[in-house]
Amino acid sequence: MTARPKLAVWKFASCDGCQLTLLNCEDELVPLAGEIEIAYFPEATRAVVEGPYDVSLVEGSITTPADLERIHQVRAVSRRLITIGACATSGGIQALRNFADVAEFRSVVYAHPEYLETLDRSTPVAAHVTVDFELRGCPVDRHQLLELLSAELAGRRPRIPTYSVCVECKRRGAVCVMVAGGAPCLGPVTQAGCGALCPAYSRGCYGCFGPQDTPNTRSEADRLRALGRDEVEVLRMFRTFNAAAEPFRQESRRHEAARQHPGQEVAP
Amino acid sequence: MDTRILTTDGLQALVDALHARGFEVMGPVVRDGAIAFGRVRALTDLPAGWGDEQEPGRYRLHRRDDPLLFAFAAGVQSAKPLFFPAQEVLWRVRAGDGEASPTVELTPVAVTAGEAPVAVLGVRSCDLAAIGIQDTVLLRRTYGDAAYALRREGTFVVAVTCSHPADTCFCVSMGTGPRPGAGPGPAAPYDLAMTEVSDELGHRFVVEVGSDRGADLLAELVARGVDAAEARPADRVAADRVVAEATARMGRRLDTDGLKELLYAAAESPVWDEVASRCLACGNCTQVCPTCFCTDVRDVTDLTGGLVERERVWDSCFDAEYSYIHGGSVRASTRSRYRQWLTHKLAAWEDQFGMSGCVGCGRCITWCPAAIDLTAEVAALRDEGGRA
Ligand code: SF4
Ligand code: SF4
Ligand code: SF4
Ligand code: SF4
Repeated sequence: MTARPKLAVWKFASCDGCQLTLLNCEDELVPLAGEIEIAYFPEATRAVVEGPYDVSLVEGSITTPADLERIHQVRAVSRRLITIGACATSGGIQALRNFADVAEFRSVVYAHPEYLETLDRSTPVAAHVTVDFELRGCPVDRHQLLELLSAELAGRRPRIPTYSVCVECKRRGAVCVMVAGGAPCLGPVTQAGCGALCPAYSRGCYGCFGPQDTPNTRSEADRLRALGRDEVEVLRMFRTFNAAAEPFRQESRRHEAARQHPGQEVAP
Repeated sequence: MDTRILTTDGLQALVDALHARGFEVMGPVVRDGAIAFGRVRALTDLPAGWGDEQEPGRYRLHRRDDPLLFAFAAGVQSAKPLFFPAQEVLWRVRAGDGEASPTVELTPVAVTAGEAPVAVLGVRSCDLAAIGIQDTVLLRRTYGDAAYALRREGTFVVAVTCSHPADTCFCVSMGTGPRPGAGPGPAAPYDLAMTEVSDELGHRFVVEVGSDRGADLLAELVARGVDAAEARPADRVAADRVVAEATARMGRRLDTDGLKELLYAAAESPVWDEVASRCLACGNCTQVCPTCFCTDVRDVTDLTGGLVERERVWDSCFDAEYSYIHGGSVRASTRSRYRQWLTHKLAAWEDQFGMSGCVGCGRCITWCPAAIDLTAEVAALRDEGGRA
């Protein structure tokens, strides 16, 4: 029997939800442990097997000078580096700081801001090191995570589509909340992956999986406005878990500008 | 068997008889604010007293003040998923244990796994024509689709005349309705076709026979003493009136004259840029179209590698990966994808299959979140052509 590949799971600025998704793969954890040596996974076990690692899963965004250094170390000990979740792939909800003044936040929130070392912006892992695959979602979807790991083990391309949530929505036979209910839904501009979870429960999509491969955010915003959402609401819809993903960032900027300078087209 | 008249009790008896023959009866039901396909056991499962309003990017149900069971237009999906499911395992291989050789399940896995045959109640004429088109595409080519063939073969179809077309409907332009049996493809395949009528002679269904199986079922009802009188001239006149009124109420029109040539000549039209500025490349239009057949086939393995499955899922020409060949996507822009969709549907389909790929159901118009209307885009292309 050949040695099992070594897996490491790393955490940066994040809520741990994506790592929990891995732990929640209850039925699959035993077969997984048979195929992969879980070598470093502090959320699950204190036992540590020294690197280098065959596959590293990285959760979280880069928000501190220390993390900026650490991500390079992680890259150095990893043959394959896969980022998991919106934080690691786009900067996460904490990238809202990118639109504001961090020094001001710090002074308002903390009694002793001088103890804090933090960066101005929350950035995705790929902004700093080479990433082999980015798995989207806030949190990641467990089926996609297992598919990705199975593909890694088999040495094949993972089946992770980059089209819209609408495709999954129709595939599961859900009734479109936008067309049949006039509800705001980001499905048309968001990448599939969740199986259209929210629309299946009659809620609009929140954009957890970030922009699809060909997102027309401007047309989406026009439709949201036509459904009665104002500039601020449209701005907020694009500014959530994937606020710093480029197409969403530009779209929210456009509405911010429209609010500040009504009637003027402002470059994002 | 001649044309017969069924009362609502008679229709219930028909549903019961289908169940007794082992069919799962699927028909229109109200779900999440729309008409969708669902299980029908009793007529009370049907959308009695419900009507719909449809316009580009908008769908709403409303209450009607009559007891009609089929007084609405095309619902969220056609019957397509019943025969051509959105996701299907084509074959499956399991690794053998120790010395044992691998087990291979050549499929159709799901079909052989004992799905009950389906009877579809209330297939409207546009969707019936679409079944005819899909039969051509999936069965009558060099290599037929085995799973589709099995599902279609076993299916009992009860069609219905479309009495209340929506603002988005244009079956008359496409020659596919509103009466079942119209259509450009091979003879539209139904076992029974009914027209719902409500006038001074009462609420009833004028039922025509389309196959031996259909005749047999009606004969069984008659033999069991179900009220199924032969149609009188007045019943036929009433049914014709339903058709004439629906024809007059058609919400949209598509000028099909020289359409293929128009589209082929329009490859570089600026109309594609304009529509691409609105198109979300979301793929909804292709997912609701009753004739779209594009799929993606991929092999998946489980964690241990002991199970390999070849899966087929609906795909769409609006998907960037759909046209991916070595090195990249052939249709990288939304402009080229929208052009592909319209040109395939309304022009290339004719060269490929000898008929249009559109039956005028209007779903792609209603369910487009960006409210894009293909009849308006064709009109824009015509205007453009006229100007050039
Ligand atoms: S509900 Fe949302 S995700 Fe589903 S089809 Fe409509 S717009 Fe797309
Ligand atoms: S192209 Fe549109 S109107 Fe024509 S059959 Fe498809 S969904 Fe219906
Ligand atoms: S190419 Fe597009 S329009 Fe043609 S059948 Fe496929 S999905 Fe439908
Ligand atoms: S035409 Fe409408 S439904 Fe089709 S991809 Fe474009 S926006 Fe989506």
